[in-house]
Amino acid sequence: MDQNINIKVKVWRQAGPKAQGHFETYELQNIFQGASFLEMIDILNEKLISEHKDPIAFDHDCREGICGMCSLYVNGHPHGPDQAITTCQLHMRKFHDGETITIEPWRSRAFPVIKDLMVDRGAYDKIMQAGGFVSVNTGGVPDANAIAIPKPVADEAMDAASCIGCGACAAACKNGSAMLFVSAKVSQLALLPQGKIEAARRAKAMVAKMDELGFGNCTNTGACAAECPKSVSLANIARLNREFICAKLSD
Amino acid sequence: MWLFNSSIGRKFVMSLTGLALVLFLTFHASMNIVLIISEAGYNWICEMLGANWYALVGTAGLAGLVLIHFIYAFWLTFQNRAARGNDRYEATAKVWGVDWASKNMLVLGITVVLFLCLHLFNFWFKMQFAELTGIMTSAFNPQDGAGIVKWTFSGVGPDGFDNSWIHPCYSVLYLVWFVALWFHLTHGIWSALQTIGWSNLIWFNRIKKIGFCWATLIVLMFAAVVFYYIGVYFGALIQ
Repeated sequence: MDQNINIKVKVWRQAGPKAQGHFETYELQNIFQGASFLEMIDILNEKLISEHKDPIAFDHDCREGICGMCSLYVNGHPHGPDQAITTCQLHMRKFHDGETITIEPWRSRAFPVIKDLMVDRGAYDKIMQAGGFVSVNTGGVPDANAIAIPKPVADEAMDAASCIGCGACAAACKNGSAMLFVSAKVSQLALLPQGKIEAARRAKAMVAKMDELGFGNCTNTGACAAECPKSVSLANIARLNREFICAKLSD
Repeated sequence: MWLFNSSIGRKFVMSLTGLALVLFLTFHASMNIVLIISEAGYNWICEMLGANWYALVGTAGLAGLVLIHFIYAFWLTFQNRAARGNDRYEATAKVWGVDWASKNMLVLGITVVLFLCLHLFNFWFKMQFAELTGIMTSAFNPQDGAGIVKWTFSGVGPDGFDNSWIHPCYSVLYLVWFVALWFHLTHGIWSALQTIGWSNLIWFNRIKKIGFCWATLIVLMFAAVVFYYIGVYFGALIQ
């Protein structure tokens, strides 16, 4: 049964991108275990505001695990200690009475801290802009059934497309590599006939942008897939490697 | 050139050099097993390789592969540390499914190379180098590989048995080396295949198991020879 617990939260506080950050510990009494993790931070912020202190800045939006806006490195895990969920789907029942919870921002050179727990994930948008799309002519919409796609292929493309671009993969990676994200975004299109036309150009452009933005080299440790809130598979990374190497060899 | 200035290109170089070295290790381990079966057979292989031109070309190629693999390893590691940034996480936790070896490939690789230096001194220096230069670097004929191996690990030589502690010491050092090599290969083989793109949802688990079995087989073949000569050492010690 869910109970009320007393906890300590050790939070990274950083006034701005250039400011020196530090940890601050706050005590919270009677937090209901049925509350979500972000509600707990809301309660903490209410408390800080009532004490005329600066509330903790953190990213959040839909709070139902689909927008990719929430982040947070909780007790050594991106999106907290639970599997295959985002931080907004994390509940306080994952923590026990008297526990000290450490909350940190994503730490990666390509994701600079904006304030407190908020980081700039614009790097992922730039990678998408480099080639994560299909070019189509405007005009009549073709019938969805005009191109037949085998079910297993469609399923795999959909699984890759489940990536919400939250940045947990690069945050979890000891090499600060964005390969799981890029491979998911390349795979969701490369698997489908509509995406095959631009496949070579897309793989080259997205990898070039990823390297340019300072993400690391993948060494297949697998922390990304283990921590991914959408369980995106490492097999996508093999596909991206294949797409990229084939594209370069045929240049 | 994409093999230098793209992340996947650099990893591709690591994979190809790594896989080539795995093929060499497979050959080397198979060759060593002959030692247990027939010393004359092993010396025939030593004689066939020796300092012949093709063996020298092969040796130069191997040195090149190790060098490229080594340089790229440091290059990738420095880039990856920079990509991680200066701020480290305060709290770290064990992530399920992440092998210890995969996070320590550089350290394991350096360990393997350090022991390789000892290995080159133990054998290559007394065999190919001695044959090539004509300098007698040991009391053995450079083509008597079986004799040199037997002497190194068991202390049994043409002049009888030497019960010095150095011989079992070499055995232990080599076994430590093989453990480091095993960890390096259990991640290295499947990771190399993943990097060149030979994986998908079905083959992902298969190549992981193939890599594990292949690495274990190579290391067991190497270790078998050392265990065999530990047996010879203790056999001679009892007598």
